[in-house]
Amino acid sequence: MADILKRNKALSVNPLKASQPIGGSLATLGFNRAMPMLHGSQGCTAFAKVFFVRHFREPIPLQSTAMDQGSSVMGADENVREGIKTIAEKSRPALITILTTGLAETQGCDVQRNVREFREANPQFADVAVVAVNTPDFTGSVETGYAATLTEIIRAVVPDAKEAGTYPGKRKRQVNVLVSYMLTPGDLEALRDIFEQFRLRPVFVPDLSDSLDGCLTDEDFSPVTIGGTPLSEMATLGDALATVVIGPSLTKAAELLEEKTGVPSYALDHLYGLKANDALISALAEISGQVVPERIERQRSQLQDAMLDTHFMLGQLRIAIAADADLLNAFVDLVQEMGAEVVAAVTSCNVPLLARIPVASIKIGDLEDMEHIGKANKVQLVIGNSHAVDTAQRLGIPILRAGFPLYDIIGGYQKTWIGYRGTRQTLFDLANLVINYSHEEIPVYRSIYAQKPANEITGLNSSKALSCQ
Amino acid sequence: MKSTKDIAELLDEPACEHNKKEKSGCAKPKPGASAGGCAFDGAQIALLPIADVAHIVHGPIACAGSSWDNRGTRSSGADLYRIGMTTDLTEQDIIMGRSEKRLFHAIKQAIDTYSPPAVFIYNTCVPALIGDDISAVCKSAEERWCVPVVPIDSAGFYGTKNLGNRIAGDAMVKYVIGTRDPDPLPVQRQDIKVHDVNLVGEYNIAGEFWHVLPLLDELGLRVLCTLSGDARFREVQTMHKAEVNMMVCSKAMVNVASKLQQQYGTPWFEGSFYGITDTSQALRDFAKALNDADLTARTEALILREETRVRKALEPWKVRLKGKRVLLFTGGVKSWSVISALQDLGMVVVATGTKKSTEEDKARIRELMGEDTVMIDDGSPRALLKIVHDYKADILIAGGRNMYTALKAKVPFLDINQEREFGYEGYQGMLELVRQLVLTIESPVWEAVRAPAPWKIPPSITLQHAQNRLC
Repeated sequence: MADILKRNKALSVNPLKASQPIGGSLATLGFNRAMPMLHGSQGCTAFAKVFFVRHFREPIPLQSTAMDQGSSVMGADENVREGIKTIAEKSRPALITILTTGLAETQGCDVQRNVREFREANPQFADVAVVAVNTPDFTGSVETGYAATLTEIIRAVVPDAKEAGTYPGKRKRQVNVLVSYMLTPGDLEALRDIFEQFRLRPVFVPDLSDSLDGCLTDEDFSPVTIGGTPLSEMATLGDALATVVIGPSLTKAAELLEEKTGVPSYALDHLYGLKANDALISALAEISGQVVPERIERQRSQLQDAMLDTHFMLGQLRIAIAADADLLNAFVDLVQEMGAEVVAAVTSCNVPLLARIPVASIKIGDLEDMEHIGKANKVQLVIGNSHAVDTAQRLGIPILRAGFPLYDIIGGYQKTWIGYRGTRQTLFDLANLVINYSHEEIPVYRSIYAQKPANEITGLNSSKALSCQ
Repeated sequence: MKSTKDIAELLDEPACEHNKKEKSGCAKPKPGASAGGCAFDGAQIALLPIADVAHIVHGPIACAGSSWDNRGTRSSGADLYRIGMTTDLTEQDIIMGRSEKRLFHAIKQAIDTYSPPAVFIYNTCVPALIGDDISAVCKSAEERWCVPVVPIDSAGFYGTKNLGNRIAGDAMVKYVIGTRDPDPLPVQRQDIKVHDVNLVGEYNIAGEFWHVLPLLDELGLRVLCTLSGDARFREVQTMHKAEVNMMVCSKAMVNVASKLQQQYGTPWFEGSFYGITDTSQALRDFAKALNDADLTARTEALILREETRVRKALEPWKVRLKGKRVLLFTGGVKSWSVISALQDLGMVVVATGTKKSTEEDKARIRELMGEDTVMIDDGSPRALLKIVHDYKADILIAGGRNMYTALKAKVPFLDINQEREFGYEGYQGMLELVRQLVLTIESPVWEAVRAPAPWKIPPSITLQHAQNRLC
């Protein structure tokens, strides 16, 4: 439906995009005892690490193949093999992902071959899953890097039903949940709660709520992730009742999982807003065969009430959204459900989903584009990441912080956006941001005949006059 | 791409004592067990604080996308440096060889939109590997639009952050410094002679240099340029005219000072504004280098006044910090200068990180802390925490990257690196430093997070505790 406006300038100003290796790392960090290793120069890893540390305020396991001048020119196969071996020896993780960068891909690496070579030479590390993914930063975004990595992990560690003897429904309460990068650890916790109310046991793939939820442990330090989806659970995905897939970016991963396991999947675009959550709850009722619990029905009516309360502020509100496709789509649905208008939609790269997002046009670009389009369309509110705070300031309007990265607030990673309750809170947050801005103030008019006290007319002197009394 | 010869030349620094031996910080990184940034990281950090320049990162998105708008440096006016700019190279650009063309147009776009006094181009791995000639692009762009366009050839794989600092400094000496003479003095002061000076390696983190600058003004030291905190392009241009250069804290950009000495005969000294002792020493070194008796006398008077003032203000805090044990891990830069600041407070530095320190830095650390100082080369989180425990440190002072390592281990922490929000320089900065130290060391949260949940305490103790309370 949307008209997709391609990038038309040479320079990207105030980039919105985060790279594929960042997305790949994020997906990896949702598995237990995992370590992502970026195949590139040390800086690739250092920057990604700082990016995550600022967002999650957690130590982040992330390694590098440390390509230098010699290996960049002469070939870095040895770097990959040595890197895997070093990590395997030092921390014996359950999963290592090798994520390529622009540097490695431009040089012409073949990481899949490197992994095979490592396997042949090091049978003692057979228990360490090693997954290589092509995630160069000259294409795609955090969303595509995340999805590609998840797909490859599924390909590598979920056994085919035939070989493993799994069959759908063997585990009568288990539901697999493939979750897009847009779900925060807070979202996943809320989602787990919803599943459990239907007496279902969700297995999140991946599970950032278990690894990056900001939890103090008894252990001082771990070189690899603590928490996240255990690889042993991945072997049981074929026994689940169903797979719920949240986020259109995961379509390919979902197809692969269904192909391997035969477990039927339910695809949902997102969990923002009344309609989206109705779809989730209906699906869960169907999968579980249970009636919808009263508590959830009550939360639904609370949301409906909040929609009534906030529609005064949010109706016709002119909103600019800058986000990767899954999240952009979610917010468009949410605010349109409230009668707001999306006057600027900006995203970082082209994906199939964009075409069906119900807005007039979507710009593939950066935050400068959002600023220009927003300004031209008299935007009143911005939804974007922490980088967009300056943009909103220049536009003189409030911002709702969402997406990656959120570094200028505490606990952004933990915010719950989804479900009836999360949606309700999001509506309140949106409404509070504009409660004083959403209507045009009528400029004061003073009649030339008015009989107001003298100190009101003299303007500046008035306060002084009052204090003298 | 820089040749290995170019890189070797940059690493060859006669001003460094350790020049003869293997360069520390230049050891080959080990795949799968390495930490730290790259040459691009170092170059960008060194120059980004030049506030009115358009800084364009030439490469695919990861280089700029994860790093723009990412440091605590402050500007007193211009803020173009906070606008992230990158050519965001695509697969097509790389395969079809269109990246030079994109760069050329990107420079035009930056000039058209922001009219900057200069454009800096940071080269990164991918364009270096495919052989983009960024110097040629910069040259023709400069000729075309009559705005200085400076190539900074800083592909990440060239080496470490430290090398990146050098590359950045080298580019300034080669392309910028010496291209303009300083303005005439704006304020004529009858009573004193004003001297022109530079500071190299001062980044004005959190605006901390503004604790020091008023003192330099008072003494009649005109700072032509700080490379690069709160600097402007036109200031960098005039650096050749200083009478003396001060290398602040670390030797990362020592090549700037030594090249200015070679080319313009400017003497330089090394100093720091962290801590009372070092701040006073830096002011004295200025007076000494400038060889001005009147300045020396006024400097001593100012030092006396400021030291008296700040020592009095520190008294109540010192009691609380005295004897507290510190593990300092700054990743190299600034180790010795911070040590002196902490010793001023009566704190005990039990160990310090020296992974990226130069040989000379290490010598100074030994001088300050004694020969048997623990110097930490292994900066891995596990090694750091072990030392914290072994040496019973009360606090870990380190870069932001280590912050959550410390917090997860329930160890008090102070951020000393460039992303921090507080300024610690000068006499005034000491007051902020003690405030932050006390804030974390004395915080009640440590007890709260270290104690087990009440239901996990064996019943006998709980009971006893309750009885004690009743009594």
